[in-house]
Amino acid sequence: MENQQTKQAQVKKEPFFRLVKRDTLPIGTVVLIYAIAIVGSLLVSSLICSAFSDKNPLQFFASLFGGAFGSSRRIWLLLQDTALLLGVAVALVPAFKMKFWNLGGNGQILVSCLAAVACMYYLGGKIPEFLLIILMTLVSILAGAIWGVLPAIFKALFNTNESLFTLMLNYIASGLVAMFITIWVKSGSGVLYPLPNGHFPELFGNKYLLTIIVFFVLAALMFVYLKYTKQGYEISVVGDSPNTAKYIGIDVKKVIIRTMIISGALCGVVGLFVAGSIEHTVSTASANNMGFTAIMATWLAAFNPLIMMGTCGFITFVDKGMVEVRSAFGFTNDSIANIVIGLVYFCVIACSFFITYRVVLRKPLFKLGKNKTEGEGEV
Amino acid sequence: MTVFLVSAISIATVLLYGCVGEIITEKAGHLNLGIPGIMCMGTAGGCLGTSLYMSVAHENPSWLLLILISLVFAFLFAAALGGVYALLTVTLRCNQNITGLAITIFGSGATDFLMSFVDRTHFDPAGKLFSSALPFAESLGDFGAIVFGHGAFVYLAIAVALVCAFVLNKTRVGLHLRAVGESPATADAAGINVTAYKYVAILIGSGIAGLGGFYYIMDYIKGSWENAGIIEAFGWLAIALVIFVLWKPHLGILGAFLFGGCYIVAFVLANVTSTQKEIIKMLPYVITIVVLIVTSIFDNKENQPPASLGLPYFREDR
Amino acid sequence: MDKATVIELRHITKRFGKVVANRDVSMDVKRGEILSVLGENGCGKTTLMNMLAGIYYPDEGEIIIGGEEAIIQSPKDAFRYNIGMIHQHFKLIDVFTAAENIVLGTGEGEKYDIKEAKTRISEMSEKYGFHIDLDKKIHEMSVSEKQTVEIIKVLYRGADVLILDEPTAVLTPQEIRRLFDVLRAMRQDGKSVLIITHKLNEVMEISDRVAVLRKGEHIATVNTAETNEKELADMMVGQKVSLNIDRPLPENTALRLAVEGLTLTGPEGNLVLDNVSFDAYSGEILGIAGIAGSGQRELLESIAGLHHLDSGSVTYYNPKKDKPITFFHKSFERVMELANEGMLRYADGRDFDGRDEDGKHLSRKTIKSLVEKGEIFFKDDEVINLREKTPLQIKELGVRFSFVPEDRLGMGLVGNMDIVDNMMLRSYRRGHSVFVDRKTPEDLANEIIESLQVVTPGTHTAVRKLSGGNVQKVLVGREIAAGPKVLMAAYPVRGLDINSSYLIYNLLTEQKKNGVAVIFVGEDLDVLLSLCDRIMVVAGGKVTGMVDARTAEKDEIGLLMTKTNTVTE
Repeated sequence: MENQQTKQAQVKKEPFFRLVKRDTLPIGTVVLIYAIAIVGSLLVSSLICSAFSDKNPLQFFASLFGGAFGSSRRIWLLLQDTALLLGVAVALVPAFKMKFWNLGGNGQILVSCLAAVACMYYLGGKIPEFLLIILMTLVSILAGAIWGVLPAIFKALFNTNESLFTLMLNYIASGLVAMFITIWVKSGSGVLYPLPNGHFPELFGNKYLLTIIVFFVLAALMFVYLKYTKQGYEISVVGDSPNTAKYIGIDVKKVIIRTMIISGALCGVVGLFVAGSIEHTVSTASANNMGFTAIMATWLAAFNPLIMMGTCGFITFVDKGMVEVRSAFGFTNDSIANIVIGLVYFCVIACSFFITYRVVLRKPLFKLGKNKTEGEGEV
Repeated sequence: MTVFLVSAISIATVLLYGCVGEIITEKAGHLNLGIPGIMCMGTAGGCLGTSLYMSVAHENPSWLLLILISLVFAFLFAAALGGVYALLTVTLRCNQNITGLAITIFGSGATDFLMSFVDRTHFDPAGKLFSSALPFAESLGDFGAIVFGHGAFVYLAIAVALVCAFVLNKTRVGLHLRAVGESPATADAAGINVTAYKYVAILIGSGIAGLGGFYYIMDYIKGSWENAGIIEAFGWLAIALVIFVLWKPHLGILGAFLFGGCYIVAFVLANVTSTQKEIIKMLPYVITIVVLIVTSIFDNKENQPPASLGLPYFREDR
Repeated sequence: MDKATVIELRHITKRFGKVVANRDVSMDVKRGEILSVLGENGCGKTTLMNMLAGIYYPDEGEIIIGGEEAIIQSPKDAFRYNIGMIHQHFKLIDVFTAAENIVLGTGEGEKYDIKEAKTRISEMSEKYGFHIDLDKKIHEMSVSEKQTVEIIKVLYRGADVLILDEPTAVLTPQEIRRLFDVLRAMRQDGKSVLIITHKLNEVMEISDRVAVLRKGEHIATVNTAETNEKELADMMVGQKVSLNIDRPLPENTALRLAVEGLTLTGPEGNLVLDNVSFDAYSGEILGIAGIAGSGQRELLESIAGLHHLDSGSVTYYNPKKDKPITFFHKSFERVMELANEGMLRYADGRDFDGRDEDGKHLSRKTIKSLVEKGEIFFKDDEVINLREKTPLQIKELGVRFSFVPEDRLGMGLVGNMDIVDNMMLRSYRRGHSVFVDRKTPEDLANEIIESLQVVTPGTHTAVRKLSGGNVQKVLVGREIAAGPKVLMAAYPVRGLDINSSYLIYNLLTEQKKNGVAVIFVGEDLDVLLSLCDRIMVVAGGKVTGMVDARTAEKDEIGLLMTKTNTVTE
């Protein structure tokens, strides 16, 4: 590092190593770096897991893949959860591309889920099913959009810090859910059992398919929106250079607000599916922390919705696989999954360093005159 | 009323540790969203220390040794996870928000995992020892209970906040640290070792934050354990508190008390429905949002976050 | 002349990626001398000095101090060798006081005693003749005060070698005189002073020796007494460059832009523009001269609609009399607005107000087809008030402004986007489709790359990866391609080599010939005098003079540039 050995500087020595910014790496190398990081972190995880049990690292990988792909039901679940996570990532990506730190995905999912369940609770059985589903859709998208646009309005008007605002809204959303459950569940158990009405239709007799199709299609649409539409272009300009946006006459405030309505509304769609297609109820854990997980997925995919399909798939794969690892290795709680995912994140995050910078090692102690490349190691 | 104030002070202590820890890291220019995970990690470390000590000395545990050992454990575990954050964001210059979130995910997972190995058989007596009040507290009635009736960690938190305020504003180290957070390039040009300051600030800040989670489990709820979720929630609230008190540790003492009061009032109020309780529990978050908005409207040069908060520093950037 | 050598540079080379900033530079610094490091913008003089100050580390070569090789990895190391640098962008912390900034990073291991430090600073100030309020916060200070803080900061650390990076660029003549007095006092005291500059007159006035750099290479070091400005200039630019810019006389000039009493308060609460009035005519280049930071930037930004003005007006005269109105630059709503104002007529002279003979409103479709067929004409020139209009509103009014801002990557372009996407910035709104059209900008990008000889791997390279000159060509090319009636350019040749600069001058002249009103903000008076038709001089946010560029003398402008800057006295 640049200044760790200042004391030794008196000794006649060049710095041990220095950082240099690289030119762009070829895409193949970038993929390779990420692959090494992922495989490496999984290897470390396998060693950790086997250290805490009597199983060996190979069984870790067997369970990991078995848990994710072991049966057709598991594969369908994997796809469904990937689709949900992808849905959140798709919702967040326009905001992040605009450099608006929407950390409120969880809250936006929760309020919309709550809104949909409210429809199911109050109107279920009283109006026709299709009408109920339409109503649920409208109400939950609206709820998500409101939760998204609130911080955007204040950001646009007063430059209020959005990451903290959205973070706080997560807890308010969770509080609202808890509050409504106290109203709906008279027993005081705090658990609302699945409601009978407002279930989304099964597609070709498959209850997972609708969710999967909807969110993969949304991801493709988001790709087109960001890359090929005027609004998507404006988002990039505002995100990369707000001054340039002002200079060419983009109404930055309007773009921030519009984008966050979209972002919140799309989170609303996820909440809607959680309520209508999967859980048929709501709890403070309904968002399943996807609001945060999806941030990692978008960031790892460099804000490209098509690549996000892969990153969401990978994260869900680890998540699902770890459930099996956990039971196979006899761990008593599901925290091991978070540890493994955390490790993978660390390694992958660290990759950004090796992609941006080059480490130049000190030349060997013997002098080679002015030879440019001789002795310059690269890591 | 006494119960309320005593509980509010306890919650305030949890938040104050987190808040002061986060202020120190933010003063070095690092928005550490990993603080919730780091507070969890401190809890795990402290509980491990307690369990190790109690398994040796469960017959006749020494108050001082118990406090010291668990404190060191809590601090070191939290600082270790802070070290991972520092490595990623300072040396490897990774995105601070992303890294922080990963730290929180990892920290809460690792804590749940570690806690499943921690022997909690002697936590009950240990908890009592932790929360043992100053000897003369009882003789002073309500006043004594409120002011002197707490365990050592409460007074330590206040001391830490005051020392932190003093160091930041009245010492050379504080001047240098603030310079690093305001403008690392300037600090670097002035011959300050930016990397070292960032590392030390993040490690110490994380260690201090870690004490908060441990205090909650050991002192406030006397060693019972469900999962890391509750501490994580305190962590986010602590980050909110940093903004509420405008990056001033001494104001943190008052702010933490206010937040703690809001948090606890729902539990101690009699004759309110569970619905109303949920509403009251949302108040601290609403208040924080109001403060966020108000401070952003009255944009004042002296009350702003450190100027380089969130930005990586690379000297040869041009 | 037999002063001891303090620092010796041997064969220093420094690269940034593929760019070589310094190549095999060898020179020396002597005790008790003032050495000027002279060179054009971008010749590597600042990079070279940064290696002495520990900001950069040389890729090759060595620095010898006191007979031994010195390893300067950080500013801290530099201070250990008693080298201190005052950067052009001050490295001060805004929310700290002067005293806090001065003691920053010093006295490790000692007791922190700001009072004692202040006493020491005051003693030093007396010795060299500084005047400064040590308890004032930096963000409340003037530029000259900040510079003083920087110099004290370096002296406080016991520096014997002071490096100043273009110290006079932001100062008034009085302040410069005071600075030079201070520097001479330091030389008297046995200190070595290095001044990075490109101003020949200052070199002659203050320095003992001059080291000339060109394109990263050291050309020569000469004694000031044995040289003259012309010789230095020749060394600096390599070949004799008589500014031979083609300057035709303005033709068919007409009032295009009238600025009246423009006043603007800056973020610090001071007046950055103070009652500025001027006219710009089509077919001429109006130069704006002034010391950097005299309000040039704010003036152009105000005209472009980027600031809320305190008072004043900006009026645009559109030469539309008897010309058909089109939808090319006017929206349907604007056409209706003009119709209601009675500005339009039919080909046969009848008024067009959007109604038929019976006073009934014509349908949108009818009006559209009338305009598209070219049957609606302006009665008179269009006069548009631009005060309090946003850039988008200005554009929607049909005003054709092009603006090359000073901060290219921060305002004119988006660094992370490729050339094609940057071409679109001005035009992406065109058409009713929700999708952007990338075909037209791609063609435009190719055209500009070819005609302006932009060096780039392709049209899909991010502009931040291009060199400064090529970035500027992309920006200027785009702004000219928009077909402006008014072209404003702030320092369009800053950091460009001679060839690129001439290319830009020729482009501006060509625009002038095409009847565009060109407003050119420049820093080099020779360029202003040989490129422009009229020159407006600004100082401290005020207009201090308007001269004819063909007859004006350089010193006359120099005087005007410094006319009102006596407020800090």
